[in-house]
Amino acid sequence: MGLLDKEFSDGNIVIAKVDDLFNWARLSSVWQLGFGLACCAIEMMATSMSHYDFDRFGVIPRNTPRQADAIIISGTVTLKMALRIKRLYEQMPEPKYIISMGSCANCGGPYWEHGYHVLKGIDRVIPVDVYVPGCPPRPEALLEGLLKLQGKIRNESLRKKSA
Amino acid sequence: MKSAEEIFQILKIEFGNSILGLDKDTPTEPIISVDPLQIHRVSKFLRDNPDLQFDSLMCLSGVDDANGNKVKNADGDELIEGGTLSVYYNLHSVSLKHKISLKVSTSRTEPKVESVENIWKSANWHEREAFDLLGIFFLNHPDLRRILMPYDWDEFTTEVSRHPLKKDYKNPEFYQGMKVPY
Repeated sequence: MGLLDKEFSDGNIVIAKVDDLFNWARLSSVWQLGFGLACCAIEMMATSMSHYDFDRFGVIPRNTPRQADAIIISGTVTLKMALRIKRLYEQMPEPKYIISMGSCANCGGPYWEHGYHVLKGIDRVIPVDVYVPGCPPRPEALLEGLLKLQGKIRNESLRKKSA
Repeated sequence: MKSAEEIFQILKIEFGNSILGLDKDTPTEPIISVDPLQIHRVSKFLRDNPDLQFDSLMCLSGVDDANGNKVKNADGDELIEGGTLSVYYNLHSVSLKHKISLKVSTSRTEPKVESVENIWKSANWHEREAFDLLGIFFLNHPDLRRILMPYDWDEFTTEVSRHPLKKDYKNPEFYQGMKVPY
């Protein structure tokens, strides 16, 4: 009589919770918005290159916010740019995640006092999931930030959004 | 090739009282001071005269001299009253291989300088920058908009927070709903 006759012993069937399945799929293919702002972007690009290979975690850049799952704020956010970032963030489909990379994106960095044009932390405009400290952070630090984000996605539930 | 002294003498003969002085005690090229409302005529002469041929404006910078009186306003902010804003022009002649700097000083309350945009095209964005950051108006500039700060910056700021490179600049509290100070 088909499926139930074999009592799930068929090797083509795996049973899992919907939560776990969705989370696994999401955390294994975090497509990031191809977007760089300053010197942190150089480190982000280095992370994407063959030596550190962002791709092995399923991170590939997308050129439109409509297809992106995550946005890495890699660099100094000026007031002018903050408005554009907010627009891009609003164009991304749920679920969406944000990694704030480097001191400038975290809190204004070296521009904290005299930077009349710098937003003192991207979390004043959009909600941040993971902060990566450093000026700029090494690729290893960004990779750890991604692992932290994956850990956060792993524990999400469909009923309640946490990340 | 002409020395700064010779260039100064040529200008002095041609323009008389519009040429205000020569400062040779500088670490870079000597600086010739010019009347801000004659700078266009002087610049055109410097470019077109066969003995000078200044065909390249290397840089144009605005400077807040901060030489006025410091006063406190009602909010307790320190402001500068009077004094001057200056514009420096770094000129280079590619053909004759000599250099000179020009300087114009204009009043802080009503800073107006003639544009040299139609003499050296490179002045266009440099003058916009000086206008944006210091509020110096360049007369006859074809497109005097802000170049670095947002176009709608004026709507969210007051008189003291309009031009960020002025020495008495104060940050506005908010821009487009975003808090500006740390």
